[in-house]
Amino acid sequence: MSGTILKVSGPLVVASGMSDANVADIVRVGEQRLVGEILNMTGDRASIQVYEETSGIGPGAKVEPMGLPLSVELGPGMLENIYDGIQRPLPEMKAISGDTISRGMDVPALNREKLWDFVPVAGIGDKVVAGDVLGTVQETSAISHKIMVPKGVSGEVVKIEQGEHVVSDVIAVVKDEKGTEHELTMIQRWPVRIPRPYSQKFTPSRPMNSGQRIIDTLFPIAKGGTAAVPGPFGSGKTVVQHQLAKWSDVDIVVYIGCGERGNEMTDVLMEFPELKDPRNGEPLMKRTVLIANTSDMPVAAREASIYTGITIAEYFRDMGYDVAVLADSTSRWAEALREMSGRLEEMPGEEGYPAYLASRIAQFYERAGVVECLGSDHRKGSVTAIGAVSPPGGDLSEPVAQATMRIVKVFWSLDSSLAYARHFPAINWLNSYSLYVDTLAPWYNEQFGEKYMENRTQTMRILQIEEELQEIVRLVGVDALSHDERLLLETAKSIREDFLMQNAFMDEDAYSSYAKQFRLLDCILNYDNLGREALEKGADMNKLFKIPVREKLGYAKLADPEKFEEEYDIINEEMKAQIAAVLEGGSEND
Amino acid sequence: MIKEYKTIREIASPLMIVEGVEGVTYDELVEIELPDGEKRRGKVLEVNEGKAVVQLFEAAQGINLANSKVRFLGHPLQLAVSEDMLGRVFNGMGQPIDGGPEIIAEEYFDINGLPMNPAARAYPAEFIQTGVSAIDGLNTLVRGQKLPIFSGSGLPHAALAAQIARQAKVLGDNETFAVVFAAIGITFEESEFFINDFKKTGAIDRTVVFSNLANDPAVERIATPRMALACAEYLAFKKGMQVLVIMTDITNYAEALREVSAAKKEVPGRRGYPGYMYSDLATLYERAGRRQDKEGSITMIPILTMPEDDKTHPIPDLTGYITEGQIILSRDLFRKGLTPPIDVLPSLSRLKDKGIGEGKTREDHSGTMNQLFAAYSRGKEAKELMAILGESALSDDDKLFAKFSEKFEKHYVSQGNNTDRTIQETLNLGWDLLKILPRGELKRIKPELIEKYMPQE
Repeated sequence: MSGTILKVSGPLVVASGMSDANVADIVRVGEQRLVGEILNMTGDRASIQVYEETSGIGPGAKVEPMGLPLSVELGPGMLENIYDGIQRPLPEMKAISGDTISRGMDVPALNREKLWDFVPVAGIGDKVVAGDVLGTVQETSAISHKIMVPKGVSGEVVKIEQGEHVVSDVIAVVKDEKGTEHELTMIQRWPVRIPRPYSQKFTPSRPMNSGQRIIDTLFPIAKGGTAAVPGPFGSGKTVVQHQLAKWSDVDIVVYIGCGERGNEMTDVLMEFPELKDPRNGEPLMKRTVLIANTSDMPVAAREASIYTGITIAEYFRDMGYDVAVLADSTSRWAEALREMSGRLEEMPGEEGYPAYLASRIAQFYERAGVVECLGSDHRKGSVTAIGAVSPPGGDLSEPVAQATMRIVKVFWSLDSSLAYARHFPAINWLNSYSLYVDTLAPWYNEQFGEKYMENRTQTMRILQIEEELQEIVRLVGVDALSHDERLLLETAKSIREDFLMQNAFMDEDAYSSYAKQFRLLDCILNYDNLGREALEKGADMNKLFKIPVREKLGYAKLADPEKFEEEYDIINEEMKAQIAAVLEGGSEND
Repeated sequence: MIKEYKTIREIASPLMIVEGVEGVTYDELVEIELPDGEKRRGKVLEVNEGKAVVQLFEAAQGINLANSKVRFLGHPLQLAVSEDMLGRVFNGMGQPIDGGPEIIAEEYFDINGLPMNPAARAYPAEFIQTGVSAIDGLNTLVRGQKLPIFSGSGLPHAALAAQIARQAKVLGDNETFAVVFAAIGITFEESEFFINDFKKTGAIDRTVVFSNLANDPAVERIATPRMALACAEYLAFKKGMQVLVIMTDITNYAEALREVSAAKKEVPGRRGYPGYMYSDLATLYERAGRRQDKEGSITMIPILTMPEDDKTHPIPDLTGYITEGQIILSRDLFRKGLTPPIDVLPSLSRLKDKGIGEGKTREDHSGTMNQLFAAYSRGKEAKELMAILGESALSDDDKLFAKFSEKFEKHYVSQGNNTDRTIQETLNLGWDLLKILPRGELKRIKPELIEKYMPQE
């Protein structure tokens, strides 16, 4: 049964004769067979959002319901791939239609010809339930893809096929209690707007190591946590997102380019195969799935891209992996929502956004978390969700930023004045926060001793006092400060420049291990502690500020990841010696 | 079979409603024939059963509801393209206005273009030397980039854009270039300034001009940049040319967009601009770029005047979120007499990192660039402090930074509109300035590069 178009207005199509279709079903529109999704039904009339440009579609054309909701195909072949917002593989679309994206293309998300070596884990006669692992496929050199029993199937394995198969081959047959045989392939389908099920959810308790000093040491995020990166244009949101995608110690990264620049996706596509994961030496692309719905691509598919991305992330989580989802930018997704809402003539809420904006944002972030996966082996997986927010004019009082701040636990606030001074990452240390500090403290204490968190507290205190002192300096000049306060300003400057500032484009600096971060900060605070003692004993302040080791401290972050311990030991020794020398020189000014 | 309708029900410029139509599709080109034979064009915005809402591209003046004929042409608005377009001048709707012959179409291009597949893009990484230090040294332009100039009323953005068009070159490269210039609602004088500058340098023979001036219909402005970009795509990706597209003024374009949106009675977004302005601007800007299997490229320099010099106004704000950086002109620097008055701190080129360094410009480029930014920023702060508390309140180091920022503006930024500096000159000038500062403060540059490049006394 197919319907007939009555009205076309941009991406919104209204069709009659659709009584057989369900709300949220996928349809094919017109001769061009454009992909659309039913938003509302009134009688037999359906309002459809079309994921492709509707140019050339008019009343009278056919609409064919596909009888299922917007779903993704899950199985081997997603890693290293780049998809559009509704999971069509862009490289294969390029092979068909060239440099530009033409319409109505029907390309399966998973390659149907590629052979995968399926290694069974379950044996014939095994009892399995949904989520149990039937076997594995080495999808890339970095990731073993677990083929799981889909939801709704359980029983006894009566057949399992080892060897090379394409994704659509039957690799196992499971016979349920009623005696029905389920033929299972390596593909699972899942509707993107419904979260994938799990057994149990936990409070996150392990940090996600990002290799970024300001994040790991000052504002850590937990695996399974949520974070937002808001900032005006030019403040480095995308670079922060790229750094997280590159260096986070997760198993899988899903990067969603949602309504952003095409060249940014190209950058990832070209750079990630070259970069090596610092933990296992494998190219980063081997663990990455890209979703690209750039700003010039149709706006409705931008709305879907966020869901496509997080569903893929949940699927890898279900295998027991730690997954990070990076969405750049959620503001563009919200704008897509606003545009469709306007076309549907819904009553607008704040700034024209629909009234359900906040609940949609909350639903997205709530799909993150640490879970015990389905299946009898009680494995754990996590999804960490990090979204960029692009507030108009950098003003955080707008609806998307506000709704996001209410739900996320970590807030890395980017600051244009830092960006202008080329202090990157331009995360403002006074406005940003992480609500995971307390829950993660036990982990840090166990790994590095209590000093790590003590240093963190001292650092935050110094930065806070610096701000207050700067107020005074701006009013009455630096001479009004005591020697102790002057020293604090020097230490704060060193923390900012020698520790927090991190150059993403310099190989030596792009990634910092926990141990290196800890030792580096310790060196800087050591200067503060030793300096304070020396001042008490009457050391000359100006000489203390000019000791040569401080220049060395400025380059300390570039130390070799293998040999930094020795270098930092030397810095500490020199610092001690030089401060002692200043002390001996007495307190007379020169 | 193209049917003619004489059923115009309503015209409220720029919208027209035609009733009783059949087989009309969304986005189709519409031709309206006036009783005297004159033709106007528009496109279908919405079609609801037998009723079509048409947006006119041209003025509605003189259209008679009863006697005008409407034809739906079955395809979107197209531009006839050919290599003969080089050296020609067209109006905002793509019709020649220089007295020359009509273009014999080699092909017809849909002016809206199609979105570029991100998997087919090639990352822009070839350094373009513009000869302007504040751009080459600090906010480097690369081939295939979209880098707008954010200006204000009365600031010399035209002189800067013309200077870039005149001086821009890729080092060691002899490929054919072309300039596509789209005048969007600007004055005759400003348009003539560009055209004369192209004539002076001889670039006019390689230039295609699309001209919608201030007294041309505002609704045409929706189509003008798309015409220019369709032409640029043809020259770049069909003919393998390196195309520089200059579009001025995007603010006029956005205002035309707002006018149409208001006529459609859409829910307005910030400052009355439509909620989809981001997506709409993106469909223009994202057409810049390079493609993997193609030789040509489109580098785009859109110019916009910020209302009240406000960077957070929706037009510069949304532009900044789409383009790969921005060059910002400052009224303060202009008043101080700096030419060009580029405010380097808030200016930015996002693509610079892959376009500079060893093998592209020089190994010390990245470090010195960051150091100049940081030092200028600190120097400006010191000068502000000095203005409040007097020079004695500054530390010795801060005095040096203040002196640095003074010289930096005078020598590095203010080079005039006729100085064409090589990248080596720009980099060396940077080192001369950094020499003012204490060596211990140069933390952004690797020590071995300081040894190698720092000029000796």
